[in-house]
Amino acid sequence: MNTIEHGSPALAEADRLMTVCNSCRYCEGLCAVFPAMEARRAFADADLDYLANLCHACGACHADCQYAPPHEFNVNVPRVLADVREESYARYVWPKAFAPLFARNGLAVALALALSVAAFIAGFVAIGDPQALWAAGSEPGAFYRVMPHNTMAGLFGLAGAYSLAALTFSLFKFWRETGAASAGAFDWPSLWQATKDAARLRYLDGGGAGCTVDTTGTPDRRRIAHHATFYGFLLCAAATAVATVYHFILGREAPYPWWDIPVVLGTFGGIGLIIGPIGLLHMRQSRSPLLTGTRQTGMDTGFLAMLVLVAASGLALLVLRATPAMGLLLAFHLGTVFSLFVTMPYGKFVHGLYRFMSLVRYSHEMRLMRS
Amino acid sequence: MADAAEQFDVVIAGGGNAALCAAIAARRAGASVVVLEGAPRFYRGGNTRHTRNMRCAHDTATATLTGPYTEDEFFDDILKVTEGKTDKPLARMMVARSKDMLDWIQAQGVRFQPSLGGTLSLGRTNSFFLGGGRAMLNSLYRTAESLGVVTRFESEVVAIDSGGGAFEGVTVRTNGQERRVRGRAFVAAAGGFEANIDWLREGWGTPADNFLIRGTPYNKGHVLRMLLDAGMAPVGDPTQCHAVAIDARAPRFDGGIITRLDCVVFGIVVNREAKRFYDEGEDVWPKRYAIWGRLVARQPGQIAYIVFDSRSLRLFMPSLYPPIQGATIEELAGKLELDGATLRATVEEFNAAVRPGTFNPDILDDCRTEGVSPPKSHWARTIAEAPFYAYPVRPGITFTYLGVRVDAQARIQRANGDACANMFAAGEIMAGNVLGHGYAAGIGMTIGSVFGKLAGEGAAAAALGAADGVQVA
Repeated sequence: MNTIEHGSPALAEADRLMTVCNSCRYCEGLCAVFPAMEARRAFADADLDYLANLCHACGACHADCQYAPPHEFNVNVPRVLADVREESYARYVWPKAFAPLFARNGLAVALALALSVAAFIAGFVAIGDPQALWAAGSEPGAFYRVMPHNTMAGLFGLAGAYSLAALTFSLFKFWRETGAASAGAFDWPSLWQATKDAARLRYLDGGGAGCTVDTTGTPDRRRIAHHATFYGFLLCAAATAVATVYHFILGREAPYPWWDIPVVLGTFGGIGLIIGPIGLLHMRQSRSPLLTGTRQTGMDTGFLAMLVLVAASGLALLVLRATPAMGLLLAFHLGTVFSLFVTMPYGKFVHGLYRFMSLVRYSHEMRLMRS
Repeated sequence: MADAAEQFDVVIAGGGNAALCAAIAARRAGASVVVLEGAPRFYRGGNTRHTRNMRCAHDTATATLTGPYTEDEFFDDILKVTEGKTDKPLARMMVARSKDMLDWIQAQGVRFQPSLGGTLSLGRTNSFFLGGGRAMLNSLYRTAESLGVVTRFESEVVAIDSGGGAFEGVTVRTNGQERRVRGRAFVAAAGGFEANIDWLREGWGTPADNFLIRGTPYNKGHVLRMLLDAGMAPVGDPTQCHAVAIDARAPRFDGGIITRLDCVVFGIVVNREAKRFYDEGEDVWPKRYAIWGRLVARQPGQIAYIVFDSRSLRLFMPSLYPPIQGATIEELAGKLELDGATLRATVEEFNAAVRPGTFNPDILDDCRTEGVSPPKSHWARTIAEAPFYAYPVRPGITFTYLGVRVDAQARIQRANGDACANMFAAGEIMAGNVLGHGYAAGIGMTIGSVFGKLAGEGAAAAALGAADGVQVA
């Protein structure tokens, strides 16, 4: 019966595990992965990619498994699905030629970051006034003496547009190819349900017992750290959006005073983006290695470190903008943001999108089963 | 080392549900407690690791239970499955106390969930552990350890010092080294002897060599043997065990739930001679699965084969191993190393006896045979549509019935009729008091929890009373 050809050893192992799990079902109440698994009897690669992206890596099913190693059935669902999940990012990426970026992702992201920061510093020196690098200023328009606003907006607009396009193409590929087996595709109530589930990180909770840090189910606080990261990111995005409105519609130029909406949003967002990723990095260190994937790509560390640098440089810019450090800090901050933009389709950022689409599909499947 | 023996108020042999409930109850009552678990950390908890629910009486539906399950109904179910082989006052007491266990066990950190897919019939009566038995164990261990219970793994009790029925201490073996642990009270919660093939052979003879043990390889029954040898009263049939038919390809030990097969009612079952031997459709599967282990144990070589056709493939829960497949009955027989002509004759004789009816897997339908022996009373459909499938099955032993006799305070009874003042038993090691025969899902965990808590409370009272120099009633 189980004679499906698989694209990688991790996929073949995931198929074996799903066969074990489907005959046990003790973990059914822990998350979305197991009910989705029960709706299937055979597991093609696309099914496994869907299940792997549905998995939030809380680890509860490993601590709870009576067949976990050293048992001879050697069941480790979080680890194997983590490997499949990381592989899947490369399988659905647009353009296909960039798939190798996922193999040593931490290195790729670090290089992009370094090059980007260097380019901004060099750009300030070469194109603008070299003195601008040591400029100070917190009055409206101070930033644009260093880098003209239209250049800045144009550059980031282009980078953002490219990123959005690449993410959209990747996401469509994922949605299309993993959805082949499911009837229909989409409905609004499922989208709303998935939005709620993602916003609450409903499935990063071990079914109520919390994420686990070791193989006996000791809970950790990854969910809180992830919330800080995610909502910090959203607040920073909101700050940028408000600032854009200020500039183009109200004609008010940055920098803004500390009490103004973009600064307040950005400050809180920045704080979240510092403590959240640092918490996640710390908990990743203290987690049992049995609960994480085996691929040493540096993807998590690269992305989290970049978020911390973006936020820290942004906050430093806020505090030190009236000093001669402003120019260099602005170059550094813009460099980190630019690298974040261009690496978004080729790093850990994609996990949120694939997982969200998997949650939409899951809600849809469960609705079909109930009706 | 001997003069540096450790001392605890309560010493517990075993590390499963019963042992942990005893440990937590004793610790909460103020006693110092050590849990001596023979298995390594991963395998801790005996067969609790393989469980998934417990059966407790309750008067109303709850967040996870679909309706009430009264004490009377629970008690009647015990009478039914044991065919009356139960200590009725003790069973009554357990049923009454089971009511409080739902809350108590949750207060120890265990979480419940609605019944799992494929187990709807238990949704009203049984509370399912979120994440299964190992999740439950993890919660109990975390709670016990946070309360200050000392837990030791790979620490097997190899001798019990109980001269004249008064417990004084145990000898524990860890990594080949033996040391004494002294205590004021003892709880025996170390399971049955189903993983002790030599002991099973005493009841079953050489067929025991072909038995598969569904659960932990660590239930060797050593503590039970020591207690019986020390003059404690036995209870339960020493030759009987709970046995179901499981996939013959399962490992010798610890295959657990995923090796079970729920498809007997959809096919025919033949032995090594390719002959049928029992009515496969006698009753609904939940009421009959427990007899098939013994039926297969009586067949030559202790092996049998469930044979069905493509129409039945999707009617039952998937299991770990795929069925063996053949385009023809002869090809299937070849793969099973059965005589092709005989299997063909058996299938044809069965097919000819199948009467027309309306097939319905959910009820006792009217699809039956006429003129074949043994008959198939329900769900009898011809085995005619290729490809043909088969699962080889062997007896899979779940637990044993022999145990030590206890009273309503979980105190171990001596063969002379006295109760030990400071020795208690809980779980499978005394399950035979309540469960002299048969089984109903989740009862093992009820026995473990109810008697575990009782034993822990009693042991704490006995130990602390002894420590104060007070006589304990």
